Amino acid sequence: MNFSFRFDPVELPPEAKELRREVRAFLRQEAEAGTYVPGDGKGSFSREFSRKVGAKGWIGMTWPKKYGGHERSHLERYVVTEEMLAARAPTRAHSTADRQSGPVILRYGQEEIKQKILPQIARGELCFCIGLSEPNSGSDVFAASTRATKTEGGWLVNGRKIWTSGAHHADYMIALLRTSPPTKENRRHGLTQFLVAMKTPGITIRPIINLTGGHDFNEVVFDDAFLPDSHLIGEVDMAWKQATDELAYERSGPDRWIETFPALVELVRRAGEEPSERLAEGIGREVAHLATLRRMSLSVAGMLQAGKTPSVEAAVVKDLGTNFEQALPDKVRLLAPQTGDSEPDSNDDRFEEALRYATLIAPKLTIQGGTREVLRGIIARGLGLR
Amino acid sequence: MDDGTENIIVDTATRIFQDLCEPATINDAEKGVWPKALWDALEESGLPVAWVPDHLGGAGATMADGFAVLRVAGRFAVPAPLAETLIAGWLLTLAGVTVPSGPLTIAPVHADGHITLRGDGQLGGRARRVPFARNAGHIAVLAHRGNDHAVALVAATGLAISQAASLAGEPRDDVSFDGAVPAAVGPVPLDEDLLVSFGAAVRLQQMAGALEKILEQSVQHALDRSQFGRPIAKFQAIQHNLSILAGEVAAAGAAADTAAEACSGREINVGEVAIAKVRGGEAAGTGAAIAHQVHGAMGFTYEHSLHHATRRLWAWREEFGNETVWAQRLGRMVAARGADQLWPFITQGS
Repeated sequence: MNFSFRFDPVELPPEAKELRREVRAFLRQEAEAGTYVPGDGKGSFSREFSRKVGAKGWIGMTWPKKYGGHERSHLERYVVTEEMLAARAPTRAHSTADRQSGPVILRYGQEEIKQKILPQIARGELCFCIGLSEPNSGSDVFAASTRATKTEGGWLVNGRKIWTSGAHHADYMIALLRTSPPTKENRRHGLTQFLVAMKTPGITIRPIINLTGGHDFNEVVFDDAFLPDSHLIGEVDMAWKQATDELAYERSGPDRWIETFPALVELVRRAGEEPSERLAEGIGREVAHLATLRRMSLSVAGMLQAGKTPSVEAAVVKDLGTNFEQALPDKVRLLAPQTGDSEPDSNDDRFEEALRYATLIAPKLTIQGGTREVLRGIIARGLGLR
Repeated sequence: MDDGTENIIVDTATRIFQDLCEPATINDAEKGVWPKALWDALEESGLPVAWVPDHLGGAGATMADGFAVLRVAGRFAVPAPLAETLIAGWLLTLAGVTVPSGPLTIAPVHADGHITLRGDGQLGGRARRVPFARNAGHIAVLAHRGNDHAVALVAATGLAISQAASLAGEPRDDVSFDGAVPAAVGPVPLDEDLLVSFGAAVRLQQMAGALEKILEQSVQHALDRSQFGRPIAKFQAIQHNLSILAGEVAAAGAAADTAAEACSGREINVGEVAIAKVRGGEAAGTGAAIAHQVHGAMGFTYEHSLHHATRRLWAWREEFGNETVWAQRLGRMVAARGADQLWPFITQGS
């Protein structure tokens, strides 16, 4: 028997290479116009930028044209995503919807909703957040207890979601809600996915400031919030069948290994053209990891393009990728030539800013979107160990 | 997971190894017993000269096929110069020299190697740690001729060979070429550095294969071995270690593919080889350590076959440039291009 996971090489088609040139030109133009600062660690939020990306046809790229999509390949989408992330363009107003929420609606949403929502996402007009975690349901996603109770023409929601990134910006949430108790045979039974308009009366959003001092996390409280029947996504009580598909999309993308990349870029800048042996070796090792991860991540995009659901392969990429990006700031810190008072260096600010940001966000990288421990459990299952 | 859609060349290789590359064969080879049945079957199949076109005496397979065979050979720890004969065939073909039958090897195997082909037609110089030199009928030597390079095909009989072994127990012999007269010579657009890059790509395939093997052995062992009343596969600590091993195996496989592609075009892409040898070398070390930890004392015995793969991993990661050598080179390449060219450098292949 062969237990090895395959990451077959992917050759990007000519149209993807042409697209890369287009995206780079667009990003250069936007940076020159002052829309964003390239390489700025935070990759911030800009509805204006997202609308421009939508106008370019770079959101919902793989979706059917009848829903505002562009029927392009997963590989082309991959190229756009990685170029945006590498430049630290402000994609956060559309990235969640493009990566995760849109595909879920496309696959399981009701026709009316698909026609209404998907074209708006593709135009870069809608921002989504994901309502999974709760105070007592973190890694144990299927322990969610926020209830949706059937009522005339819809559902009444009560409970709390927490650690919801970007809820304060979002127009919609895809929420995982309890519609029935779990059964003895299947503890994952009884949860249902819903589309939630964040402006719905009965929803309160409270900020949770993270250790960088930034506001990304939120607590979202539901108090008799009413969702119309049309907002039901997929089958009642059967979300466990739907939610796992999402993960192949969420877990293998460039965002799972590129978060601290600016620190490496600034280290190279600080190293100059002729670095010491030690510094050259350190840079070389990190670049080797990065380039190999990118190749594996691209290979998963190739599997998606071929219509496969590479959930375990995606978990492998995310585990390797997040461990890499988490360890990177510390490697950079120890490799960097030390500067004191004697050599003022105009690049110091950029370097220190990039390293500081990377160091501060490092802890979350192996937690968000499935912890390291959860991922290793998934890989172990793929190996036949459990 | 393996979807079983390999091609006929890989299937042939797999069948031969399954039949004739038993653990006992590998142990005997370490004691100096030539694996005659295995080699004869390989030669019969044409696999060792896969990269040689028909008119130069070979099988005319694609580069990808040859690299795929090497990965399977790595899985089986083939104790014969299959990889070396493949490289020699590739090198001789570049020089337009007809490839002789029998096991072959190459020299030099270090970037600072320096063998000269003098005006009187004699070779001069020596090469250290030439793989399987004592077993080879001929050696394909990359030599300096004036300001250029040439490949000289040299019969091994008559050469001064001083025997040594890698830590996997494979022959790595020192060879003196002083006064040797080549049987044939052809010019090549290649230097020691590019030959070493190609060698690194070959070793990476073997390493990827060996890593696949130790993952398979480790998973099987964890399922079979019971402690504390249950298979150790049920312990989360073991599961997580094996997950890390699976990640390293996957990364090494991707790295090996990178290097193979980098060596299959018109020109060798040294940057891509550097990326691959650094990553593959790291995976070899991390992977072998986990495999041994999972196997416990049993895996530390000579009787258990785990060391066929792990000792080769430790030897191969060091050959044709280790992680330090390639990482320094890669780091200098990146630094010379500058910070703003780092991302374009990473995406250049695709």
